[in-house]
Amino acid sequence: MNDFDTALATAWRLIAAGDAALMDIVVLSLGVSLTAVLIASILGLPLGATIALARFRGRDAVVVAINALMGLPPVVAGLFVYLLLSRSGPLGAYGLLFTPTAMVVAQVVLVTPIIAALTRQIVDDLWREYRDELTSLGAGKLRAVPTLIWDARLSLVTVVLAGLGRAMAEVGAILVVGGNIAGVTRTMTTAIALETSKGDLALALGLGIVLLTLVLVINAVAHFAGVAARRAAG
Amino acid sequence: MHAPASILPLHIDGLSFEAGGALLLDNVSATLRPGLRTVILGPNGAGKSLLLRLCHGLLAPTGGALRWGAFCNGDEERVRRRQAMVFQRPVLLRRSALANITYALALRGVRPRARRVAEARAALERLGLAPLAERPARVLSGGEQQRLALARAWALSPDVLFLDEPTANLDPAASRAVEAAVEAIHAAGTKIVMTTHDLGQARRLADEILFLCGGRLLEQTPAATFFHAPRTPEAAAFLRGELVG
Ligand SMILES: Nc1ncnc2c1ncn2[C@@H]1O[C@H](COP(=O)(O)OP(=O)(O)OP(=O)(O)O)[C@@H](O)[C@H]1O
Ligand SMILES: [Mg+2]
Repeated sequence: MNDFDTALATAWRLIAAGDAALMDIVVLSLGVSLTAVLIASILGLPLGATIALARFRGRDAVVVAINALMGLPPVVAGLFVYLLLSRSGPLGAYGLLFTPTAMVVAQVVLVTPIIAALTRQIVDDLWREYRDELTSLGAGKLRAVPTLIWDARLSLVTVVLAGLGRAMAEVGAILVVGGNIAGVTRTMTTAIALETSKGDLALALGLGIVLLTLVLVINAVAHFAGVAARRAAG
Repeated sequence: MHAPASILPLHIDGLSFEAGGALLLDNVSATLRPGLRTVILGPNGAGKSLLLRLCHGLLAPTGGALRWGAFCNGDEERVRRRQAMVFQRPVLLRRSALANITYALALRGVRPRARRVAEARAALERLGLAPLAERPARVLSGGEQQRLALARAWALSPDVLFLDEPTANLDPAASRAVEAAVEAIHAAGTKIVMTTHDLGQARRLADEILFLCGGRLLEQTPAATFFHAPRTPEAAAFLRGELVG
């Protein structure tokens, strides 16, 4: 209880003082996760929609695999990217390990399956409703993909938010590939993990509160924008 | 290669459709000729919607075949580009009424954009939907949505227009507007193939009747003859309003 009060006070002090280190951490966290989710959306939305419409041998296996990858442990995703980027790995020459870029890559690996899997489900349902009409109008499957993504846009916003939530909350992947280097790759979650292990629970909780507030604000904005759009578009 | 003036006539040759062990359409044969308004009548579940969807190429028959006038097999996509269909429950895209039509025109290769917009506005105008052009299609009433679907189909100026109960959800005034539209589309040279449960409408619009019952085509009869002296007892019972099928 006492810890919690101190934590609130700490959080407030950090924010009110505009603590420069905190700002760096917040900006980096947001930057990495937003970039990763943007890239994961560019990959995952068309990928999910294409799987929804495609009919090929082994499609069920692909669907099961992507659904399973939604539960990929962040540390494993981190480890996978670590092996790719490490000096001896296939992409080692670029020297990306322990940079924000590596963190983005790890989160893209983590978030793309979530966005693809949820998109696949939503577009699958919509395609059932639209198939006859779009086929009648002369839209081939390739042409139907962007149409369906656009018509499912209100549901897909939630999908992208789920991906963002996952990215902002995870620590395992970015810790492994980023290394939690102060001022370079330290994000809110890795800082929380570090402060907790050092025993500074108040600072850890304070950072946690800042993180939670940020996520709340992002979701509130998206939600009310969605409500407005739904009211306007039916 | 020069495109033929029309894809018609449509020869329906022993068409059957089976699903889940049930024979839903049983060896249907007929020829649909240009210039005649064909109305398909029959009780619920007779297979009317199914027949339209098969003719439109949305389903593959499990038996028999379709032959479109000059076209041989393998031209499915090209043939469908010269058809349009208004569904029993039309699906409209989540965009404005106008954009629903311009979308369809873009798929048919109408260019440039300004021409699509002009044609779409004209189509809305013809069905009294011009004031609703900028409204999101999904917030329109059921009847307005059905008229929008008809406006969209009309804008495509197809050789054949399939209509599945186009006035099922409409008030009397809107029904009359749709009937007038169907007349105008027919007059412009589009072959009309429609289903309806409104016998008055069938009398007003039909040149010939296809009477379906239990998946079998029982009659293809000129409308005047059909209503006056149907050839089969099932059709006679259907016209008397008795339960058949
Ligand atoms: N894809 C399908 N798979 C299985 N059964 C189907 C399929 N499509 C239609 N049916 C069945 O075929 C029968 C005929 O359906 P259809 O929709 O053609 O009837 P309809 O004559 O249009 O009836 P209504 O007047 O009620 O619209 C129905 O019993 C329906 O359940
Ligand atoms: Mg029907």
